[in-house]
Amino acid sequence: MAAGAPMGAGTTSDIYKGDAARLMMPTWLIIGIFLLAPVIMMGVYSFLTKEFRGGVVWEFSFAAYDQFFFDRGLFGDDPPTLEWTYIGIFWRSIWQAGLATIMCLLIGFPTAWFIATRDPKSRSIWLFLITIPYWVNLLIRTVSMKFLIRDTGPLNEFLLAAGVIDTPLGLINTDFAVQLGLFYSYLPFMVLPIYAAVERYDFALSEAASDLYAGTWTILRLVIFPVVKPGIIAGCILVFVPSLGAFLAPDLLGGAKTFMIGSLIEEQFKGSAGNWPFGAAAAMILLTLVLVILLIYARAQNKVEDR
Amino acid sequence: MASPEIAVSIDQVVKRYGGFTALHGVSIDIREREFFTLLGPSGCGKTTLLRAIAGFEDVNEGRLLLKGVDITNLPPHKRPVNTVFQQYALFPHMTVFENVMFGLLRKNWIQSEAQRRVQDVLEMVQLSDFASRKPAQLSGGQQQRVALARALAPRPQVLLLDEPLSALDLKLRQAVRSELKALQRETGIAFIFVTHDQEEALTMSDRVCVMSNGRVQQIGSPKDVYEAPVNRFVADFVGETNLLEVTVNKIKDGLASVALPGGNAFECPAAAVVDPGVGHLSVRPERIKVTADGQGDLDAVVTGHTYLGTDIQLLVRLADDEVMSVRLQNSQTTEIPEQGAAVGLVLEAGAARLLAD
Repeated sequence: MAAGAPMGAGTTSDIYKGDAARLMMPTWLIIGIFLLAPVIMMGVYSFLTKEFRGGVVWEFSFAAYDQFFFDRGLFGDDPPTLEWTYIGIFWRSIWQAGLATIMCLLIGFPTAWFIATRDPKSRSIWLFLITIPYWVNLLIRTVSMKFLIRDTGPLNEFLLAAGVIDTPLGLINTDFAVQLGLFYSYLPFMVLPIYAAVERYDFALSEAASDLYAGTWTILRLVIFPVVKPGIIAGCILVFVPSLGAFLAPDLLGGAKTFMIGSLIEEQFKGSAGNWPFGAAAAMILLTLVLVILLIYARAQNKVEDR
Repeated sequence: MASPEIAVSIDQVVKRYGGFTALHGVSIDIREREFFTLLGPSGCGKTTLLRAIAGFEDVNEGRLLLKGVDITNLPPHKRPVNTVFQQYALFPHMTVFENVMFGLLRKNWIQSEAQRRVQDVLEMVQLSDFASRKPAQLSGGQQQRVALARALAPRPQVLLLDEPLSALDLKLRQAVRSELKALQRETGIAFIFVTHDQEEALTMSDRVCVMSNGRVQQIGSPKDVYEAPVNRFVADFVGETNLLEVTVNKIKDGLASVALPGGNAFECPAAAVVDPGVGHLSVRPERIKVTADGQGDLDAVVTGHTYLGTDIQLLVRLADDEVMSVRLQNSQTTEIPEQGAAVGLVLEAGAARLLAD
């Protein structure tokens, strides 16, 4: 560039564009190596043949998917009928994850609202308090929860001593315990995005609505909810998706009856009883399921915006 | 108690925030079909008062009557008044049409009538072609008109406007002023308009209420508050003025005899209550004539000029070192005295006014 020549706006933005591409490199590298590569590997494995002591034989096969969806009898030569075991586990997982998401939303929305409407100074304190549990490993937190709610744990002992109950509540190894674990694990993922949305919410909109004859519930339904909806959706996705694949909470807090996808997949890769291609297939089916749900949401969202 | 000609009666309203009193027993009657402006600097209580009428602020004492009906304890959504907000507060997820429709649906209008009303109101503010746009796709001026349409659609008994022009640029602001005024005549309801811009207040209002520190200073026509301010605050806030310290010799029948700085005697009208002694004389800069040294009511030395386009502002220093501003029309016939020149200043008859502190 000639000395003293004025810097053109085009030149400046071109420089930024080049910089942006370079700045994105580490991100692409990490996504490529640690996200795409494992998913592709998982996809490939799901079409291989299992080795009996864990691992795979490099022979193409649909066996894993076949095992997931169809029952061919004890010796594998009966006409195929739908296999409900794994679909049932998936269904229960979706149900559990959905319920955990709704619980997180019901508790998380008022919490986020409360924090976002404090004065800025105490907001950061509340946010800090919300995130404090995350300084401790999830495994340890889940085990602690198990100790807390088991029949001989402090919760039951306290209630027994206080005379509120005669026999322990029997919380452990139930769906409720799994719910509690999921709720506890993922609540902040609901609170934080909703908080971010509510914090940006212009309260003059509520005043305008109330000026235009809307009562409290109408304002919530027609103004606040639609305006902070992106935060709510983000929170729901951030809670639902990991809940669906969670295995710590169902493993440690649930029993045999509360088996979820995460545990099913995890078992396939453990020890000699495992079946890698089947585990990979289950993981691929889970991934597909999540992607389909996200796509449906994205399309619904686009339709609303095009209107 | 309130006569039917009164749209809003504000009766001894007090509003406190903790230890701070925002409104000290304010009483104002706003008439039907008038363009009424609350004018004052920020923090004077004008917005608080407007928000109290809308119902967004509870009042600690006093009453608010809307056409004779006590609305003091009604929530905002039960008061038949609508507000145009400073930043418009349009619902971002709704189209222009849906925004304007909002109030009508809440008041259970029949769908077909509501739609017709929305179309009519959008036509009134010339936005019919933009009905299906979202607020973010409109310019500031268009958003402002949507806010206006939305507030007018449910046929409020009174329209409240909270500095609705402050977010517009100067040229647009001037155009919208006359539109607003026309709209007010067309709708035939009282507009209560809050602004800190005295020019806006003077050009649009039927009556202006000048407020300061939570108190009403003066209520009157734009001409009244400009030409007959009751105290120093009003004279200083509304338009530009010179405040001269003078010795008051005698006051009789609202006419004061004062001694100007430099000793010349002068007679002028006095605002209601002024005691003899030291008082302040308000003289508008455009009501001062420049003449030869020794020929005027005051003697002064020119210390500077400022070019203002239509006018030229002259800064002059009096014998007692007080500085005054004089406005001369920028025409070819006007003689502009040189800097450092000694001049005489003539105060036009009725141009000066003795004020209470």
